[in-house]
Amino acid sequence: MGKATRAAVGDALKKLGETHPRVVVVDADLSCSTQTRGFGESYPERFFQVGIAEGNMVGVAAGLALGGMVPFASSFACFITGRFEQIRLSVGYNNANVKIVGTHSGCGIGEDGYSQMGLEDLAVMRSLPNMVVIQPADAIEAEKATEFLADYDGPAYLRLTRQGLADIFDASYRFEFGKGVELRTGTDLTIVATGGVVAYAFEAAERLAAEGLDVGVVNMHTIKPIDVGLLREVAGRTERIMTVEDHGVVGGLGSAVVEALAEIPGTSVHVHGVRSYGESGTHADLYAHHRLDAEGIAAVAKEFAWPAERAEATG
Amino acid sequence: MRSIEDLEGICTELRVSILRMIAAAGSGHPGGSLSAVEVVTALYFAELDYRVGEPRWAGRDRFVLSKGHGVPVLYAALARAGCIEQAELPKLRSFGSPLQGHPDHVRLPYMEAATGSLGQGLSVAVGMALAETLDDINDYRVYCLLGDGEIQAGQVWEAAMSAAKFGLENLTAIVDYNKVQLDGHVSTIMELEPLADKWAAFGWHVIQLDGHDLRRVLQALEEARKEKARPTVIIADTVKGKGVSFMEDTYAWHGKAPNAEELERALAELGVGGAA
Repeated sequence: MGKATRAAVGDALKKLGETHPRVVVVDADLSCSTQTRGFGESYPERFFQVGIAEGNMVGVAAGLALGGMVPFASSFACFITGRFEQIRLSVGYNNANVKIVGTHSGCGIGEDGYSQMGLEDLAVMRSLPNMVVIQPADAIEAEKATEFLADYDGPAYLRLTRQGLADIFDASYRFEFGKGVELRTGTDLTIVATGGVVAYAFEAAERLAAEGLDVGVVNMHTIKPIDVGLLREVAGRTERIMTVEDHGVVGGLGSAVVEALAEIPGTSVHVHGVRSYGESGTHADLYAHHRLDAEGIAAVAKEFAWPAERAEATG
Repeated sequence: MRSIEDLEGICTELRVSILRMIAAAGSGHPGGSLSAVEVVTALYFAELDYRVGEPRWAGRDRFVLSKGHGVPVLYAALARAGCIEQAELPKLRSFGSPLQGHPDHVRLPYMEAATGSLGQGLSVAVGMALAETLDDINDYRVYCLLGDGEIQAGQVWEAAMSAAKFGLENLTAIVDYNKVQLDGHVSTIMELEPLADKWAAFGWHVIQLDGHDLRRVLQALEEARKEKARPTVIIADTVKGKGVSFMEDTYAWHGKAPNAEELERALAELGVGGAA
């Protein structure tokens, strides 16, 4: 298993601190967890610890941005995007150059249970007109996305995982903002996935291939603005599209894809994600329960794309 | 340096502007605009360093109006200072006007930050003050005007704690303590007293004064500039609706526009005939 995206972003920030003197970090007593501690140790004068006060953290970050700095404000996804009122006014409406970093996203965090899980964050962050939303699928992509965001001028949300993720890309990978990455093409079904579940979606496609089912996989790292061109292209190739994300089924990647394809006739989209509040358990337990591991994704794909075959098999 | 008499004259002009623009808009918040006139006049006509026509000059002092509903007093001051046209004022709150119902940083560059969702401005001001400490080129101060009802919001105290922790001597907060909020008197809605003790306990240098006494306000701003290693809060005891007898000390005029007859009466009290 590779690094967690939170660790990759922590390392990337530490590196960026050297080349980007205006990059600063604001933290709310989670720098050990969000992994911004390394930046804080290297650049103490540019690291602001505000304590367990995320609303203030968001406002302070906005003020730093309006003062010309490039703040990364980091906390667990649920805690920081829970300060939506501060984000919408102090960051969004001001068009302040703040990078909001939400770690510990999804039910994939496991044992801590629902109160620490970001399962609604994409829904709220996507709703602000000028807010860019990015979710990397592995450590390399997380590092490259962080480099991109340090130079991007405008409010952005970066969604990260607590858990380690399998490596998908190598160091030669080029992050292209707003462009989905086709990891494999298929003719029967396309799975559009984002974040930590991309590797599982890929594995699911390989399992299905072994059964003779040709399934494409797109890694949608930029959820907003979403790659409408690529979505239309794959919709032209496979009538059925399934979205996969470790987030609630309302307002996340699935909603973004449905919104993008709503006007394309003949396209059918199945939104797969978390349909309940989360609970405690191991990562594996939870991904099995919510059918977000390779086996679960493959099973959901079959139910969606080959219902007759399934009926035959079980009938 | 303007004389106190000049500044007092400006205060009356601003009150007239506030009443006229809110009457023209047909909505707005006269009570909390009128209470802050002396404070805003002291800031914009004596204290703040800024450039007319160059709203985003990097070296300017920053003023964050956290009590965003009081923005008519700020528009009035900016028009008097020549930053915006007087002719813009009657367009307050109308479609297409940069003079939005609450401050808009993008549409009107003289607004340092969007506010109006109460409780957020001091955090933004803290961030700006931190940015100044990292700025090798520019020296500036950051000012933040808070409403009294507003400081019932917990985020204000989060911000207060952080300003003290970071030793922001370049930050001055001012509380427009007019004792009245939308639903009634502050003391009945959610008592703030002992207010000075609260700020002091949070590590701030506290000055409490008559917020309609320009001399005292100017002295306090100067005192704040000399303070080292900690932020200053000026608790300005004011009167809601100050200057218009029937608007004073009542929540009825927190967020209501005067009609033509009321405007005329109000202007007459300020020594201006005709409600043009």
